[in-house]
Amino acid sequence: MRLYAAFVYLFLYIPIAVIAIFSFNAGRNASDFVGFSVKWYGKALDNPFIMDALKTSLTVALLSALFASVFGAMAAVALQGIRGPVRTAFDALINVAVMIPGIVIGIATLIGLVTIFEQLNPLIDAIWPFASDAPRLQMGKASLVAAHTMFLMALCIIIVRARLAGMDRSLTEASSDLYATPFGTFVQVTLPLIFPAILAGFLLSFTFSFDDFIIAFFVAGSETTLPIYVFSSIRRGVTPEINAIGTMVLGASLFILLIAQTLLRPRKGK
Amino acid sequence: MTQRTRNFLLLAPAGAWFLLMLVVPLSVVLVFSFGERGAAGGYVPAFTLEQYANLPARWAAFRNTLFLAPVGTLSALLIAYPLAYFLAVRVSAKWKMLLLVLVIVPFWTSILIRSYAWIFLLGGKGIPALIEFIGFPAIRLINTPFSVLVGIVYGYLPLMVFPIFVSLDRLDKRLLEASSDLGAKPWPTFLQITLPLSIPGIATGCMLVFILLMGEYLIPAILGGGKVFFVGNALVDLFLQSRNWAFGSAVAVTLIVVMLATVTVYMRFMARLSANRDDVSLI
Repeated sequence: MRLYAAFVYLFLYIPIAVIAIFSFNAGRNASDFVGFSVKWYGKALDNPFIMDALKTSLTVALLSALFASVFGAMAAVALQGIRGPVRTAFDALINVAVMIPGIVIGIATLIGLVTIFEQLNPLIDAIWPFASDAPRLQMGKASLVAAHTMFLMALCIIIVRARLAGMDRSLTEASSDLYATPFGTFVQVTLPLIFPAILAGFLLSFTFSFDDFIIAFFVAGSETTLPIYVFSSIRRGVTPEINAIGTMVLGASLFILLIAQTLLRPRKGK
Repeated sequence: MTQRTRNFLLLAPAGAWFLLMLVVPLSVVLVFSFGERGAAGGYVPAFTLEQYANLPARWAAFRNTLFLAPVGTLSALLIAYPLAYFLAVRVSAKWKMLLLVLVIVPFWTSILIRSYAWIFLLGGKGIPALIEFIGFPAIRLINTPFSVLVGIVYGYLPLMVFPIFVSLDRLDKRLLEASSDLGAKPWPTFLQITLPLSIPGIATGCMLVFILLMGEYLIPAILGGGKVFFVGNALVDLFLQSRNWAFGSAVAVTLIVVMLATVTVYMRFMARLSANRDDVSLI
């Protein structure tokens, strides 16, 4: 049994180790290890296409995670206290958002937004008061943030709600018995208790958005995110440069995940 | 501010976002699936079932998906179950969390880069070279259904282990002691107590993996080399290459309908199997 478990762990981690090892390969050929070198890291960090893609990915991930965790937490707090059709509708929307395959979210956002933009752009042209060309609505960073936020908001609502459900009700009751206003109770009792969940939601959302390929593939317009860059490079062949980027991305996500994991773990003695 | 206004304000951003970015786009897909293709791609309004009648043109993609998604789910289950059992029943409390986290963490890292790693391992200079070195004839692994299956199991194993672990961990270990005290051998104890009580975990794990596999694009694109393609690959082709939005929408709607139908039938079946109906849930 132990041996079996050891095999599964090897199966899970050997591919990651292989990428990490080959990222330090001095040779040009990706599959023969000739010597140790960090030159591909330097090459990757000097490549303007990679740096641009990285900047786009970071911006999109940061904004999506921020919107998703804040709006998601707000909705989770409100949903905790209500019943009836509004609650049912939100439950259904959350389920649909997490169940629909990412590729369908990408497609739907693409054709949905393009159709809306085709209607709105002539309208903007018509009412634009200045001599210069009117701004055009098109797919890009904003549409990508909007699509990621929609999906990740559902995830954040689920995470924060789980925390709220596990919360001791007597704490908020005690607070209002002691004449705290509902807002005071929220700020001094509820918020500190759910804050770790909100932060964990933020971090998970950030890594998800940063790593997402399929939604971005449809929705990013002419923008290139890091996963889109990596995917198109893989199509052209395996290079040590991609191994270096892969190792850095995996390392960064592992780091963020460890933080999120610590935040979500129930504390002992509470 | 009344409680009603407060709740309205708290829900307004999320509600508006879901409406604009989920309800409207999905409705557009549904409407487009009954439309016609424009001369230069895109969409022309119409009401026709032509796109749905044309679905057999993409039959191969549906066939591959409906074959490899269940096979991949089952393979992941067979590999994940012993590991989940080991973690939940055999490992001491001290190591349990750490070992579990080590299983889960890869799932949250880039599936793109993790699938890409298998190009190395399954490619000409990886495992096939090793097999040849040992003395067996060289075989081709990359760009076959097998390589896609390996990628699937590798990618989604963590998602299968976790729910099974949770259901086995929650299981009252005194039941196992009682069973062996009453003279049952390990296998009958497993088949009559452990396995039935872990069905909710199996059901959740299989459903999560199956749903994600139905919409898979990356793994077949990277490890299938255009020879093994899923519905997801057909959708990318229809929307991004041939710009046939109407037909693409019909394929997308069909994918969701097939997925929902399979999941509904499956959940009914699992609920009947399970000792505790309430435990079968999505999340």
